[in-house]
Amino acid sequence: MSEKKHLLSILVDNEPGVLSRITGLFSGRGYNIESLSVAETVDPGISRITMVTKGSPMIIEQIQKQLNKLINVLKVIDLTGTQYVQREMALVKVNARADHRAEILRITDIFRGQVVDVGMEHFTLKIEGDAEKIEAVLNLLKPFGIREIARTGCVALPRENR
Amino acid sequence: MKLKGADILLKMLQEEGVDTVFGYPGGAVIDIYDALMEEKSINHVLVRHEQGAAHAADGYARATGKVGVCLVTSGPGATNTVTGIASAYMDSIPMVIFTGQVPTALIGNDAFQEVDIVGITRPCTKHNYLVKDVRNLARTIKEAFHIARSGRPGPVLVDLPKDVITAATQFNVPGEVKLKTYNPTYKPNIKQLNKVVDLIAKAQKPVIFSGGGVSLCQGHRELTELARKLQIPVTSTLMGLGGFPGTDPLWLGMLGMHGTFRANMAVSECDLLISVGVRFDDRVTGKVDEFAPNAKIVQIDIDPTSIQKNVPVHVPVVGDCKISLAEINTLVDKKQWEELEETRKPWLAQIDEWKQTTPLAYQQAEVIKPQYVIETLYDLTGGDAIIATEVGQNQMWAAQYYHVKEPGHFITSGGLGAMGFGLPAAIGAQVGAPGTTVVDIAGDGSIQMNIQELATAVQYNLPVKVVILNNGFLGMVRQWQELFYKRRYSSTQFVHAPDFVKLAEAYGAVGLRAKTPDEVASVLRQGLECNRPVVMDFVVEPEESVYPMVPAGAPIKKMLLV
Repeated sequence: MSEKKHLLSILVDNEPGVLSRITGLFSGRGYNIESLSVAETVDPGISRITMVTKGSPMIIEQIQKQLNKLINVLKVIDLTGTQYVQREMALVKVNARADHRAEILRITDIFRGQVVDVGMEHFTLKIEGDAEKIEAVLNLLKPFGIREIARTGCVALPRENR
Repeated sequence: MKLKGADILLKMLQEEGVDTVFGYPGGAVIDIYDALMEEKSINHVLVRHEQGAAHAADGYARATGKVGVCLVTSGPGATNTVTGIASAYMDSIPMVIFTGQVPTALIGNDAFQEVDIVGITRPCTKHNYLVKDVRNLARTIKEAFHIARSGRPGPVLVDLPKDVITAATQFNVPGEVKLKTYNPTYKPNIKQLNKVVDLIAKAQKPVIFSGGGVSLCQGHRELTELARKLQIPVTSTLMGLGGFPGTDPLWLGMLGMHGTFRANMAVSECDLLISVGVRFDDRVTGKVDEFAPNAKIVQIDIDPTSIQKNVPVHVPVVGDCKISLAEINTLVDKKQWEELEETRKPWLAQIDEWKQTTPLAYQQAEVIKPQYVIETLYDLTGGDAIIATEVGQNQMWAAQYYHVKEPGHFITSGGLGAMGFGLPAAIGAQVGAPGTTVVDIAGDGSIQMNIQELATAVQYNLPVKVVILNNGFLGMVRQWQELFYKRRYSSTQFVHAPDFVKLAEAYGAVGLRAKTPDEVASVLRQGLECNRPVVMDFVVEPEESVYPMVPAGAPIKKMLLV
């Protein structure tokens, strides 16, 4: 069966050790985590984990059931195939020699990025969007020499009915 | 009323109806033990190794249906329970394990006898807790017991730092546990149950496949009613033995790697497999793609993760097995079942033919055959004993030749397969069922893994009977080496072994030995009549193997039969 990416939004108790229960479940059972982001929700007692995972339909079903089985997990939503908004942010430190600076700024502009740090030999750029857009920017910046990248991983929320 | 943490723990144990604790003291829990000395309502069984405490609590839970409790100190005390916890987790046994911990201020400092037991046991407990504040202690204990016994049961560990045990706080009995994140589904969906009944009505060759879940929820009566009412033959997993009477004509015997010929054939040929409280373990399915290839599969289980984990299921039913079976029985009663006997006749005749042509069998010889020991034990006890087993050949022969009649009477480390389980589990079962004959069926390998618990049995006058099938080998591994590794017996022969009779006597137990087949019955009789712990050493055929056997990864239809 074909493996497909799934975007899961998981609401959990905001308690020590909960993240470790979740990552332990994935490592122990050999499931993939492609990206993971965690933070408190409006209710400080609850955190939202947004996770990108991959697997056959049977594995994805098991992942959701196994997550639900954890005592500290409140809700698991598979956003894949539903209406949702998603964003990821990346900080990209790229070499910026004098003769390349204009081109890099143009690329940044096209993708509505921002320069957040400047040096004689580098820019640090902030890029925002879905994973594909960030990949596109990274591809364009690659020829200049990317020194470091920090990415947040995907965060997402379901869309409300209008 | 202000109470110390240690006293709150004991109060909460009473609240939860706990009268027996298996444990071993140490520095981190010395205050709990000090409080225990005054507490007459709790019977503390001092084991000889913490692994024994965990297995004993497990055996106690299986024999009584209550939550098994153990209490151990921090560090090595805690790590020694891990095998017992993992075994209970695999077999869904309700247990609460209390471990001592270094004071909260020292946690993370690599203090003396410190270990992150909550981290270590995260993957092998249903849930676990580190109590950091004495004010949360009572509520946490209440939750621990609730989680351990509800839904699909399992072990829950509560880690107790020393300063939490010694600190005092206002004690009130906590109210009902309501966890917004934990709500097991007991009541099945009626639409799904209707589908099950429709499938049964259409089936020509149905089989019921029951597992440990049936025993855990005490659904054996409902299961038996359904099987008898609709004349459906029943097979089970190792954990499911006792969920259906092993003496019933509809009983097929165990399924899987060492299942009976007729059980494996029936499942391979059936057109409907009604699975109840099973998880389709690889030891049962063999090659998954060829498991029950012609059947519609129904699966009833309280744990959604068990459903469709290994095998695609046509009709999943999430719910308590007892409730689901009872409701199915009600639906069955409302329906007309015309010509049921006519419909079943060819199927039951086919099964009977398999039984006649290829029964469970072994060749008698000059030396004692292990199967003969179990058969004789079965005859002498009338099938009424509680059987605990170790792991390996002894366990499989016990499963094949001791026809268990009811739940809680076959106590075995099914999922984890932990050698050394049987003796402490038998001790736990004997504590829980004082009037019943409890027998540990053992091999000479596994009995040596927790043989120190003989001292526990003697100290508390628990008359457990240990039947050692002594073949001088780690028999199951030897059997694999014989069949699949050209008889290269790498590290499976015990060149030196203790004299088990003398060893039993040294522990203060009774030791008996049988060397020839004609001594078997008299030794067993003598051992069973004795009201003390007894070790019976049966010197058996060294290279006897367990048959039938399905080689690992083969379809269950492809059995080795000799």
